[in-house]
Amino acid sequence: MAIHVEHELHKRRLGRNVGLALVLVFFIAIVFGLTVVKVTRGDYEPENSVIQN
Amino acid sequence: MSDASLNTNVQTQEAGFGDYFALLKPRVMSLVVFTAMVGLLAAPVAVHPMIAFASILFIAVGGGASGALNMWWDADIDAVMKRTQSRPIPSGKVTRDEAFAIGITLSVFACIMLGLAANLFAGALLAFTIFFYVVIYTMWLKRWTPQNIVIGGAAGAFPPMIGWAVATGGVSVESILMFTLTFMWTPPHFWALCLFMKSDYKDAGVPMLHVTHGRRVTRNHILVYTLLLAVVAVGMAFTGVGGPIYLTTALVLNGLFIAGAISIWRRDEEVAEADGYKREKSFFGLSLLYLFLHFGAILAEATLAPYGLGGW
Repeated sequence: MAIHVEHELHKRRLGRNVGLALVLVFFIAIVFGLTVVKVTRGDYEPENSVIQN
Repeated sequence: MSDASLNTNVQTQEAGFGDYFALLKPRVMSLVVFTAMVGLLAAPVAVHPMIAFASILFIAVGGGASGALNMWWDADIDAVMKRTQSRPIPSGKVTRDEAFAIGITLSVFACIMLGLAANLFAGALLAFTIFFYVVIYTMWLKRWTPQNIVIGGAAGAFPPMIGWAVATGGVSVESILMFTLTFMWTPPHFWALCLFMKSDYKDAGVPMLHVTHGRRVTRNHILVYTLLLAVVAVGMAFTGVGGPIYLTTALVLNGLFIAGAISIWRRDEEVAEADGYKREKSFFGLSLLYLFLHFGAILAEATLAPYGLGGW
């Protein structure tokens, strides 16, 4: 039985890897979006008293 | 035959991305997403769309992770029941260890991320929900008592409370009532399924009510829980999340649901078997619509409220 380079197994592994890559890219986008929202609306700004000191 | 021969059996068993995704029980996840979204949008505090989107996503991931842990623990039962034989573990595509690793990792990930994205209380409530579903329901109640689905139903009822907590950071009467709606809905929904699933649960040794107490008792229970559910569902119309749209929806749906439950209660097994459990199946179908439309009505009230149309 010949071993083909493009076996069905390889396609499935590629699909799995591409799927995981897309999930990770999506996660990065979510974290980036959350960071932008939280920083721009001032969630992480120090209290006024801290700035004055 | 040579040493270089390929083991084709192993190849066909290797999981694809979709098999891992199936571990997360996508259909259950869609209910979690919808009810959590309604809980979030019905809350009296506005949430930034990005935070709302991320929170719902993390709630969905947490719900999916608990599904993976459920499949890890119940792999032996799933292999016996026809309804679950094609799941990734019994079909041999994913190993139990993989399911456990994915379930634990995603559970921790989802709770931490929800805590960071929304607030710590929402993250903690999601953690408790996963604990309740996996430990209290799956590991303890499911194989021990015929009340498994009654108490265990609480796990599926938490998502609207988590959605509400994302917006408000706490719990209120309205969020507890949304919890109660799903909690009271779960037993009649599941018992109707049990009636026409025949011997699946019996074969798997799961002490569902119809296995331990018989189908007559199950029919009685469906009617009682449907009547109790109607009180909760209609009563919710007069709270902060209710209004005329919700009241109309609740009255119509509960009327239909009670009629269905009475019809199931009046039948015996011979009659049901003769028509292929037609009434039980239609009651089960209606139960899906029931929950979707009740939460849909809550969503409609919340969406129309800013225009002076929703709510009382």
